[in-house]
Amino acid sequence: MVLILNLITQGAQMMLVLILAPLLLGYTRKLKARLLRRQGPPVLQPYRDLLRLIRKEAVLAENASWLFRSGPYLIFAATWVAAALVPTFAVQLQFSWTADLIALTALIGSARFFLALVGMDVGTSFGGIGSSREMMFASLAEPAMIMIVFTLALLAGSTQLSVIAEFMQTHASLRVSLGLALIALVIVALAENARIPIDNPATHLELTMVHEAMVLEYSARHLAVLEFASALKLLLYLSLIACIFMPWGLAPAGSGLEAYAIGLISYLGKLAVGGFLLALFETSIAKMRVFRVPDFLGIALMLGLLGMLLRFVSRSF
Amino acid sequence: MDTFSLDVAHMLAGTMVLVSFMLLYQDRMFALLNVFAMHAVVLSASVAWQAHIQNAPHLYVPAAIALVLKGIIIPVALHRVVIKLGIHRGIETVVGVGPTLLFGVGLTALSMVVMLKAAETADPLAREDLAFALSILLLGLLMMVTRRNAVSQIIGFMSIENGLILAATAARGMPLVVEISVAFSVLVAFIVIGVFLFRIRERFDSVDLQALDEFRGERR
Amino acid sequence: MSAVTLQMACVAGLLGLAILAIVLSGSKFSTAIIYSASLVVSAIALIGSLQWLLANHAIDAGLTLPIGLPWLGAHFRLDALAAFFLVVVNLGGGAASLYGLGYGHHEPTPGRVLPFFPAFLAGMNLVVLADDAFSYLLCWEFMSLVSWALVMAHHREAGNAKAGYVYLVMASFGTLALLLAFGLLAGPAGDYGFVAIRAAQHTSYVAALVLILMLLGAGSKAGLVPLHVWLPLAHPAAPSHVSALMSGVMTKVAIYGFIRVVFDLLGPPTWQGSVVVLFLGSITAVMGILHAMMEKDLKRLLAYSTIENVGIIFVSLGLALAFKANAMPAAAALAMTAALFHVLNHSIFKSLLFFGSGAILTATGERDMEHLGGLIRGMPLTAFTFLAGCMAISALPPLNGFVSEWLIFQAILLSPDLSQLGLKFLVPAVGAMLALSAALAAACFVKAFGVSFLGRPRTTVAAGAQEVDRWSLAAMFILAGLCLLIGIIPAPIIDMLAPVVNALVAERMPVQFANPWLSIVPIAESRSSYNGLLVFLFITISTLAAIEIIHRFASRAVRRAPAWDCGFPDPSPATQYTAGGFAQPIRRVFGPLFDAREDVAMPAPGDTTAARLTIRLRDLTWDVLYAPLAGAIWLAAEHLSHLQFLTIRKYLSLVFALLVILLFVLMLVMLVWS
Repeated sequence: MVLILNLITQGAQMMLVLILAPLLLGYTRKLKARLLRRQGPPVLQPYRDLLRLIRKEAVLAENASWLFRSGPYLIFAATWVAAALVPTFAVQLQFSWTADLIALTALIGSARFFLALVGMDVGTSFGGIGSSREMMFASLAEPAMIMIVFTLALLAGSTQLSVIAEFMQTHASLRVSLGLALIALVIVALAENARIPIDNPATHLELTMVHEAMVLEYSARHLAVLEFASALKLLLYLSLIACIFMPWGLAPAGSGLEAYAIGLISYLGKLAVGGFLLALFETSIAKMRVFRVPDFLGIALMLGLLGMLLRFVSRSF
Repeated sequence: MDTFSLDVAHMLAGTMVLVSFMLLYQDRMFALLNVFAMHAVVLSASVAWQAHIQNAPHLYVPAAIALVLKGIIIPVALHRVVIKLGIHRGIETVVGVGPTLLFGVGLTALSMVVMLKAAETADPLAREDLAFALSILLLGLLMMVTRRNAVSQIIGFMSIENGLILAATAARGMPLVVEISVAFSVLVAFIVIGVFLFRIRERFDSVDLQALDEFRGERR
Repeated sequence: MSAVTLQMACVAGLLGLAILAIVLSGSKFSTAIIYSASLVVSAIALIGSLQWLLANHAIDAGLTLPIGLPWLGAHFRLDALAAFFLVVVNLGGGAASLYGLGYGHHEPTPGRVLPFFPAFLAGMNLVVLADDAFSYLLCWEFMSLVSWALVMAHHREAGNAKAGYVYLVMASFGTLALLLAFGLLAGPAGDYGFVAIRAAQHTSYVAALVLILMLLGAGSKAGLVPLHVWLPLAHPAAPSHVSALMSGVMTKVAIYGFIRVVFDLLGPPTWQGSVVVLFLGSITAVMGILHAMMEKDLKRLLAYSTIENVGIIFVSLGLALAFKANAMPAAAALAMTAALFHVLNHSIFKSLLFFGSGAILTATGERDMEHLGGLIRGMPLTAFTFLAGCMAISALPPLNGFVSEWLIFQAILLSPDLSQLGLKFLVPAVGAMLALSAALAAACFVKAFGVSFLGRPRTTVAAGAQEVDRWSLAAMFILAGLCLLIGIIPAPIIDMLAPVVNALVAERMPVQFANPWLSIVPIAESRSSYNGLLVFLFITISTLAAIEIIHRFASRAVRRAPAWDCGFPDPSPATQYTAGGFAQPIRRVFGPLFDAREDVAMPAPGDTTAARLTIRLRDLTWDVLYAPLAGAIWLAAEHLSHLQFLTIRKYLSLVFALLVILLFVLMLVMLVWS
């Protein structure tokens, strides 16, 4: 009986991330527009966009291969599995022990691997631009993420997200290494989700294309799946920052419906705050030149390395 | 010393190191001046916190000096001077930003090894704050060495001085902290004045005020 | 018969096949006979050693053959470490033989390859089985010479002769270092048997010197920086299945030698030794993958990637040494298991990738990625297995590369408990470099697969590529299947490695087979766990669910149209990204590490000749270390060559002078010590 309830809760989390992802995207876009004194699209617009896209006829390039056609589903699946493993309203869910933070980072890496490959499939130079720049960013963002994971793991004594979240709930304190890890994680999150100042998610110009260039050839249901995957990735990173650095309200293992409800409400609150801060940050800063981004990501790598170094050197950092 | 006070002190010292890294990263003049102002504000917060936990009210004076002089007056003055003298607003570096930052991390690690080994018997709060202070000093020196622009070298020098003040307050009981602080500020003011006298002389071939007045057309 | 006798019989069989190949040379069926026979013999050896390892036997009694030095004989023995490496060697050998059944038919001069192939396999098996220094060195030299012959198989092709020469010089240097190491180990008593060396006590000076010499000797064969320069020249020059053996298996035999001496024969380690190993390993990993990223020759790219993976293995071995020196046996067991797991994984996916490049070479005749493209249409099965290999080497879950990377990261997370301050500062830097090399590996293999297989064909041979024969495909599919299987169910491999690790660091990882759902828990459940099977199932179920829902609710209509071209139709496939172009952002970021220079020669306005972009990269170790060394040796040789043209009177005076000097020294010694 308990097993069935746990499975239902795990399934609920998986469906929750799926439902909330487009909502988060619409909310962020609306806030950005409002901050720029525009009306902006309705908050539910991404759902309508997805429905519209899947009803269209897919146009494939003449030389698109089987990898091009199956790629979006693999990317979506990897991102969904990763997003479903991050605690949103409760920790220690049924399958939370199958993959830890390192496996999560690697799952996101798998999704990115396939995205870069499908970008190169059709053989135009746009896809090549996107893939080569994306892999350059990833070559710095992924080590930075691993350094952050190490800093957190050295603090909490585990790489499991649930254990880290529980540790941060009970042993919350101001620590230098945590501060450095937070800044580095925010930089990595901005880079991975192709937000300003690394990439502009709203345009299709070569100057600002990294993610958009890789999905340029896609249309209809494939594009819908890819857009959904990128919305899921944004939700994943916001949930990650929320569960590690703002773990208040997360329901502990095996608690009742009331605790889950509190967890859900606090999670929605954290997403609202995160979305607002993201919209504020994106409207107040300009996009960087492509070859300034390695310096920016290099900072994240240095901060992660510094945080890890401090944890190695002394327990009080 | 309870852990909360320790954590806040470490947090402030660590933020100073972070802002020193940000100083190394900047490549535009005004952004550099703004980040330096932040450096001074964090320094004053750190010194004020040390005054609070060490129960040493005479340390509030260096905190106020840092905030007012280095957080407000000097950045604003340098801002206006940069505009008036038309100083070139980009900062050229000798090596790229990436290797500089990497070297900075190495210097931080080095200062930590040295300080933790050298001060093994000291109080842990003092020892770790001294490690941070030494790394701020080294990062300031790195900034002076890798920049071609006079203003950024002055900023680097002032950040070295900030590190020294942090060290002086962290090692509690160092006498004449307030006097040292004032003396350093006067020194910095003299250096800034000196640099601009040099530039004036370069431009007008003279610092004779009479000659300058004639040039300006005040005396006919 | 005892296990070691079975293995020696297999070796004898392989040597017999080599002789048979010489006899049969020129016959039409020689390729099929030799490769199928070596497949059978390798399979027998594999099953024998696997069964011995799983049954967890104690050390074997050993076999002494009456060949070699008369008072010494040649000792061979099977223990857990040797059994594991025999599994690796014979798995690679069997796969290469299966691949050779198809690939060997395209060999223009089979007489130069067929006799040496089974001999190469025999040599590698013998090195792993050797139980005394003399037979070890003899078999090591035999292995090097036979592989040199294979490298020179296509000696008329440009660059192969130089590759063979550099290989020979480096191999001789390596053997010299090993000779000195074993000489120091045997000591003044001169007992070369491994049993005696293991029992003897070595002073710390001897131990440090032996570690350095083993790093030079075994490291040069494995590909440690700065001794790696021969690898990117020699490995691509050999035929593809031999390249797979050299990269995937011979480097592992070198690592076996290192582990055997440093962990087994040398006694208790020091932490300073681990610092050297960690430092060299991490530099090797980063430099290897950076050079791979810049390459446009597919086989050279794979060779540099081998260097990177050898660096990763040495980092893990360094961690095991550090933990062992600090009396942390559980952590040492984790690091050692991770290293050995990566040895197995790398031999599998590197062989797979080299087989793929051999298939491309057969189908198109090209090794240069910038003459390929669009191969996924003509060679879909090869593309699928090559993709699996690329995913495995980029450490993506749920394949096997990720499991060994994960175990190494878990070992790094145990390092704060090390007591030496130097290690505390080195390990985070090593961790950062390891993470950097993993991310760069993914970028490199996106480039390799994307430029070769995806896009539009850049030449007519690429457009006309056909799928290769079924033997090659069978070998590639078997290896790809192994990659997936080991990635999904890693627990049995960890349990299989337990007796090996136990023999080396006196501790083993906790038993994995009893974990729920076959997950792996390296230290404790609360600390970390990974379940490859569930991750694979979740990804598969999510993919199928997404496909099903989309196909139910979405329009299934598809239309083919030209690719979007912004209004400027570009019929030429030369406008798509090249390998150099893909690597350009990374070259800009990491350029200073290999002195990358870009030169653009623009014609004058109005001139219609093409502009020229020149990219200059160089391997700094070659220019900084080898070129001056070679120059100095040349200079010394020039001056010494004067000794060849002296008159008789001058030769007599040389002898006279030496005699007088020696008598003078004798006089001094007698005066001082009287």
